[in-house]
Amino acid sequence: MGKTLAEKVWDAHVVHSAEGEPDLLYIDLHLVHEVTSPQAFDGLRNSGRKVRRPDLTLITEDHNVPTLDVAKPIADPVSAEQIRVVRANADEFGLRIFSIGDKEQGIVHVVGPQLGLTQPGMTIVCGDSHTSTHGAFGALAFGIGTSEVEHVLATQTLPLKPFKTMAITVNGKLPADVTAKDLILAIIAKIGTGGGQGYVLEYRGEAIRGLSMEGRMTMCNMSIEAGARAGMIAPDETTFEYVKGRDHAPTGADWDAALEYWKTLTTDSDAKFDNEVVIEASTLAPFVTWGTNPGQGLPLSASVPSPNDAKDEVEKVAIERALEYMDLKPGTPLKEVKVDNVFVGSCTNGRIEDLRAAASVLKGNKVASTVEMWVVPGSGRVRIEAELEGLDKIFIEAGAQWRFAGCSACLAMNPDKIPAGKRAASTSNRNFEGRQGPGARTHLVSPEVAAATAILGHLASPADLVNV
Amino acid sequence: MDKFVTHKGIAAPLRRSNVDTDQIVPAEYLKRVTRSGFGDGCFASWRKDPDFVLNNPGFTGTSVLVAGPDFGTGSSREHAVWALQDYGFKAVISSRFADIFKGNSGKGGLLAGEVSQDVIEKIWEKLEANPGTEVTVNLEDRTVTCEDIVAEFVIDDYVRWRLMEGLDDIGLTMKHVGTIDTFEKTRPTFKPKVQ
Ligand code: SF4
Repeated sequence: MGKTLAEKVWDAHVVHSAEGEPDLLYIDLHLVHEVTSPQAFDGLRNSGRKVRRPDLTLITEDHNVPTLDVAKPIADPVSAEQIRVVRANADEFGLRIFSIGDKEQGIVHVVGPQLGLTQPGMTIVCGDSHTSTHGAFGALAFGIGTSEVEHVLATQTLPLKPFKTMAITVNGKLPADVTAKDLILAIIAKIGTGGGQGYVLEYRGEAIRGLSMEGRMTMCNMSIEAGARAGMIAPDETTFEYVKGRDHAPTGADWDAALEYWKTLTTDSDAKFDNEVVIEASTLAPFVTWGTNPGQGLPLSASVPSPNDAKDEVEKVAIERALEYMDLKPGTPLKEVKVDNVFVGSCTNGRIEDLRAAASVLKGNKVASTVEMWVVPGSGRVRIEAELEGLDKIFIEAGAQWRFAGCSACLAMNPDKIPAGKRAASTSNRNFEGRQGPGARTHLVSPEVAAATAILGHLASPADLVNV
Repeated sequence: MDKFVTHKGIAAPLRRSNVDTDQIVPAEYLKRVTRSGFGDGCFASWRKDPDFVLNNPGFTGTSVLVAGPDFGTGSSREHAVWALQDYGFKAVISSRFADIFKGNSGKGGLLAGEVSQDVIEKIWEKLEANPGTEVTVNLEDRTVTCEDIVAEFVIDDYVRWRLMEGLDDIGLTMKHVGTIDTFEKTRPTFKPKVQ
């Protein structure tokens, strides 16, 4: 029987395997950030161990970094301490680190791909659940806990039990106004936030093949919000084209060898998935979440659901609780929901293409006077690239704030918090209670919808601008 | 990780069920940047109560915790195990552990042994009647002994073997270091390097 893409990558990395024991898997790239690594380094120190492969380990500062006044010391003592410690660890263990102010600094999942460090067929881990992002290249990439971070630092391997596989096939072409973000939000709404539990999802089908690398990263990034361990997309010409010429991409004979191998990284036609979901692209529309988990989403043209629509008592209670936190009334058209803050950024939608998309909607328009909009590039490079293209001017002229790279308002760990009681349209990945700040309310949207919403002051898609 | 074969020490009776990891170590301690030093976070809220068992001078220097059912429920934080160990515990005996906690204990080198609630109750009585009573936890025989009570405890075979060998996950993997070396030699040269 043939193998799935995930199985091929897994099998190529098994260092040791024995009956009754987990497989020992080799890790090609270990990405590290300041929040989940300190105890791992301390563990190494306590046991007198070294980092086995500093050349396969990369650190970047992202979660705690401010996105304004980046030259000043970090005000919050806990954040400042985490940054101090990660720098000291990088120094002590001889690791490469991208610190605040470095043009390569940025969100760990934006940095890897843009440097060409993320390539097809690799195993990539990071102490961060959104490591699934890198699966867009046909890599097996997943988040790990702190003791696993220590394990990888010390051995460059991880003992793991194989994951199950699920195919998510998206047939046909996406309608012109539907983005990768809308597609993944629709998938999560369909299979639920636990639907992917224990699985590696492989996205396939015509609509997926038609996505750019940025779009594919958005999809794989949010796989974790469906409970999956990882998301993957088989590499193709779009992937090869993206990787080629980047700083760490193979060159010369290495490129040819790599390409030959990468082309084998597709699921065999006779392979079997443990589970399968099929979606027709033509049925999709711009999507937005109304509740407090990423599975609580609906087409933008729909209305706020009612607890009475619930299938069972558990869902009824969940809807009631979400509506109360979100301060929404059943039956309100989503497009009438007024928004105070708009955030474009994060490892889901903070790449150059996302900023281009937001800018193309904002160009020649103004952010509503009732709205505060932040645009936060995912990395220093994205920031430079955007400025070379003049995107920063479009944002600033429209009345949005143009900031420095970091996780920013994706999570309430740095100064960029959505104030309590405020409602945000956000291109990030989690709308949990308090995720963007205590008491903050979040609607997850695409960059296009975020920009249109900023202009109109209520949830809206670019199509609504034409009708004003 | 130290090898665990047998341990004798003062045991403390924790007469509670459903001790969740938030109680074992509250969230405010999670922002720390070190792996050690979580001892002061161990049962931090409960220790504010002067009547809490660990505040009884009779249990000073305790190293075996005897707790009620469903110990270690709630968030999966590995810090819970670190906090118990930093406080001085070598073993926790309970009538039932939460799965993730049990897994984390095995990884961290803290023995988590299960006995029936009957046995727990009997041990509690002895310890409360006589604070400072020592208990012997013998991993080789899988027994816990408190004066005239000798009870067998349940522990996963693989976890037991690892604890007895003093092997943490990393130590176990290190046994395959030769295989890792060989594997690395076969890695294609086109795979990227960071530096
Ligand atoms: S942008 Fe958000 S989701 Fe992504 S790594 Fe940062 S905090 Fe995590």
